[in-house]
Amino acid sequence: MRAILTLAGLAVFSAPALADTMEVGIEIPRLTVAEYHRPYLAAWIANPDNTVAANLAVWYQQERRGEDEGETWLKDLRQWWRRAGRDLDMPIDGVSGPTQAPGSHTISFDTDTAALEPGDYVLTVEAVREVGGREMVQIPFTWPATGTSPATVSGETELGAITLTFVDDK
Amino acid sequence: MKRLALRMLAASTLFLTVAGTASAHRAWLLPSSFTLSGDEQWVTVDAAISNDLFFPNHHGMDPATITVTAPDGSAVEIQNAAKGEIRSMLDFKATQQGTYRIATGGGEPFYFASWEENGERKRWRGSLADMRAEGIDKKPDVEVSQSSRSVETFVTLGAPSTEVFAPAGKGLEFQPVTHPNDVFTGEPVSFKFLMDGKPASGLEVEILPGNDRYRDTPSVIKATTNAEGVFTFTPELPGPYWFTAGSEGDTVVDGMPMKVRSSYTATFEALPL
Repeated sequence: MRAILTLAGLAVFSAPALADTMEVGIEIPRLTVAEYHRPYLAAWIANPDNTVAANLAVWYQQERRGEDEGETWLKDLRQWWRRAGRDLDMPIDGVSGPTQAPGSHTISFDTDTAALEPGDYVLTVEAVREVGGREMVQIPFTWPATGTSPATVSGETELGAITLTFVDDK
Repeated sequence: MKRLALRMLAASTLFLTVAGTASAHRAWLLPSSFTLSGDEQWVTVDAAISNDLFFPNHHGMDPATITVTAPDGSAVEIQNAAKGEIRSMLDFKATQQGTYRIATGGGEPFYFASWEENGERKRWRGSLADMRAEGIDKKPDVEVSQSSRSVETFVTLGAPSTEVFAPAGKGLEFQPVTHPNDVFTGEPVSFKFLMDGKPASGLEVEILPGNDRYRDTPSVIKATTNAEGVFTFTPELPGPYWFTAGSEGDTVVDGMPMKVRSSYTATFEALPL
């Protein structure tokens, strides 16, 4: 199961000539709560059968002074933990990252070097907050993508707008 | 006298549990987490016999009877074990990735005897050796039965593993089809039973979601094992669950014909998808 691949890893196996960038916009809402902690967040591309085609990002408390206590709470990203996390050896280069502050964030993936097999996929973003809630937002898409207009789905509690955009940079 | 009466009560209570009498005195082990992430984690386990799941209101289990097995099959050191009146506890540190088994009973059989003496119904419980030593087996018209009871739960650090389910081939044993730490609401779950190492077919199983004290109906799920010893159900409520099954037959031990009863009980958790 270590073979779950990042987009970069997929490039090794096939490289159709598609010069696109995939941009995932992630809005973390600003919440007025007594005790606020930045959410743990996972973004991945799921196959229709819920298996994982590619891990895009996992944001969690990184190792600090030799302590990796942050990994204690990764299982609370319970969909991602079941589908991918529990079979992975953290951290993952290019995927693991620190938690992010409220606001808009964009993560880009160069699909030129990261070709998915043609087919149906679901962009999935899951967030869980210490002493807070948990939410998952999904955007189905077909690859190769036709057109570049962004698809947006908004979360209601722990996530704001999640946007998927294919940028033709040819 | 009071002490003796209490002991008698405890013995008859256990008897009822083993006989699988419905809806009373459920034995359970409840871990602080069923699913864990990270390199190593502490786990604390509550151990009790109660009516409501999972609220202590009857007896604390004897923590000395509880063992913890690591994913590689080795015994895990139990720390901070304490016997409480209505709930006992223990801690252990999970340092290996995989599935841990927490178990009591261990399939080691104990014996019940019951007979009439001076117009009074007497009951006794203990080991075969003690039964011989105390002359219980020589009591007039004594009825003897052999019982084994297993109470278990499973905790997984990282990805689920299956080494701790290796069957001993004795008594009633649980085998995962669905891993007990991979149960989600709305998805069918299949578990399997072995009796003396062979598929236990036709076994009636009761599955109960916890927090019954907050519901008007207990919401018991009933299932029966098929020819392969497998039963299937779909949990709708998220949260901790308890399931139990018992089998009964006849046997001869040391020339003594007797009933043999074997029961298995375990706790698991259904997560919402």
